[in-house]
Amino acid sequence: MRILLIEDDPETSRYVTRGLREEGHVTAVADNGADGLSMASDEDYDVLIVDRMLPSMDGLSIVQSLREQDNPVPVLILSALGDLEDRVVGLRAGGDDYLPKPFAFEELLARVEALGRRPNKGSVATQLTVADLKMDVLARKVQRADQLILLQPREFRLLEYLMRHSGQVVTRTMLLENVWDYHFDPQTNVIDVHVSRLRAKIDRDFDEPLLHTVRGAGYMLREPE
Amino acid sequence: MLFTVSVLLLFSFVYWSSVRYMASQSDAAIRTEIQTLAERYENRGVPGLRRLILDRITRQQPTGSSLYLLSDPLGRPIVGNISRWPKVSPEDGWFNFNLDTSDRDDPDLHLARARHFQLTGGFRLLVGQDIHELKSAQRGMITALGWGVVLTVLLGLAGGFFISRKMLARLEVINETSQRIIAGELERRVPVSSRQDEFDRLSANLNQMLDQIQELMDGIRQVSDNIAHDLKTPLFHLRQKLESLVSRESSDESNSQELQAALNEADRLLNLFNALLRIARLESESARTIKQPLSLPDLVYDVAELYEPLSDEKHQHLSVNVQSPVSILADRDMLFQALANLVDNAVKYTPEGGNIDLAVTAEAYGGSVSVCDRGPGIASTEREKVFQRFYRADVSRSTPGNGLGLSLVRAVIHLHNGTLTLRDNHPGLCVQVTLPRNLADLKI
Repeated sequence: MRILLIEDDPETSRYVTRGLREEGHVTAVADNGADGLSMASDEDYDVLIVDRMLPSMDGLSIVQSLREQDNPVPVLILSALGDLEDRVVGLRAGGDDYLPKPFAFEELLARVEALGRRPNKGSVATQLTVADLKMDVLARKVQRADQLILLQPREFRLLEYLMRHSGQVVTRTMLLENVWDYHFDPQTNVIDVHVSRLRAKIDRDFDEPLLHTVRGAGYMLREPE
Repeated sequence: MLFTVSVLLLFSFVYWSSVRYMASQSDAAIRTEIQTLAERYENRGVPGLRRLILDRITRQQPTGSSLYLLSDPLGRPIVGNISRWPKVSPEDGWFNFNLDTSDRDDPDLHLARARHFQLTGGFRLLVGQDIHELKSAQRGMITALGWGVVLTVLLGLAGGFFISRKMLARLEVINETSQRIIAGELERRVPVSSRQDEFDRLSANLNQMLDQIQELMDGIRQVSDNIAHDLKTPLFHLRQKLESLVSRESSDESNSQELQAALNEADRLLNLFNALLRIARLESESARTIKQPLSLPDLVYDVAELYEPLSDEKHQHLSVNVQSPVSILADRDMLFQALANLVDNAVKYTPEGGNIDLAVTAEAYGGSVSVCDRGPGIASTEREKVFQRFYRADVSRSTPGNGLGLSLVRAVIHLHNGTLTLRDNHPGLCVQVTLPRNLADLKI
């Protein structure tokens, strides 16, 4: 993907840029708001990573300007401010995701890739397929190898999210925010237990596992090699 | 009590001295009379004495109190206003006797005081006074003094009552303020009046102490928050370096495992610091919450649903009992976090096969949620301590956790003007959270 990072802190900038490039993403960097905005306006990027605190123009203003220009590019906002209210403010300004600092690179990567591969607004698939696993979202029907699989509502939502992000790393935090609609820190591995229950239903009785644990990051649903 | 006793003593003394005075006056009068009579006897002998006594008696008013009796050696009265000799001892001396005053139309028996002695030649003389009046006076005085005592005591009691009531009222103000401070309203101070009396000095001193305590507490909190904040960055850099090592050392399996373990430890530490900072932010004055009306049962159902697989793994039975719809004002994510922490604890500490019961009830002020488990419970001596940061009760030391869960729960509930109570579930623990429907409701 083509990614633009607008970040003035050199440490963070180095850290993120190196990681993204190692993953194969073309990454451009701007170290102040004004430059960042002009680069974002002039060039085409798949995802923008914008820090909130910037010299010459702060991150939220950049996002607001882009939205006013009808630029729908997905934006991930980075911020040292981690309060929930700040998150709401960031998202309301036009951001698509919000990550407080300090963050783990895997988390950033997973979210950036999720943003970048998001289908355009207006075309939300109602039929999802990963290998021989098929989901009819409207009919709420799931089957694998033509075998009907019965899922509880939460398991269904979990699988739907994983399927919509198939091939991408999905972190536990992303699952919490999108499948459970809550923003909190679980004390134990409560998410893992939900995932392993789902795995038991969709993988256990079949040949090829589709749901994988990505060590240190989260989970991924993907086609077998 | 002391007051009554001293009043009694005082009045008794007054009575006693008055009585003594009056008695001595009376005796002095008698003595003076004796003196006069003695002179007459010396000059004119018995006849002269007789004439003087007669004179005295006739000149005296009918209500006069002087008494005389002169009798010959055989005891036959010569002159006097007493009919016969009262029973006396043979020697000279003072004595008291009862006077028969039937001739004076007075039914009472009068008391008299007199001196008697022998004259040369065997004649006997008695000079005295009817001290009936004296006795009446004494009785009157006792009555007066008695009333005086009663009145003084009553006044004293009344006065004392009012004074102590006032004092108690002032003490009560101090007590009440202290109680509210203990309950958590740390900014409260004892009111100080303009009177500048002892109570005001006490209040001023208390307030000063409270200011100091608050400063110290703020200082401590600041320090631990600063520590968390300052340590977070180098810890994070450490993590970053480990992270890059892990991705690079994929060839050497054992090294990679060690590195991953180190990375997990670093993550654990970072989570700890984040949790600490979160609690610090929640407890600080500047904590911001986004409160909206929400359905408490729905929130509780969501928490139960999240933890159901985990409890299922331990073959526990998680139940939710909702009595009626309940709407409260709350920050959705924060409250979810608090309740999740409570349920997480319940699942963690309840043994295999145990029951965990969640209940939601409507209350007049809002609603309440209870999370009851069958774990080891919390001893009543530890019920306050478990809310301290990092506190792990002895029974829980071996289970995973950082000891911050309950601190966070308390901070969140506090921000919602709710209350948090721990109770014994016989066996196990019941945690009850009450939440108001709107912010105007005071903490109960």
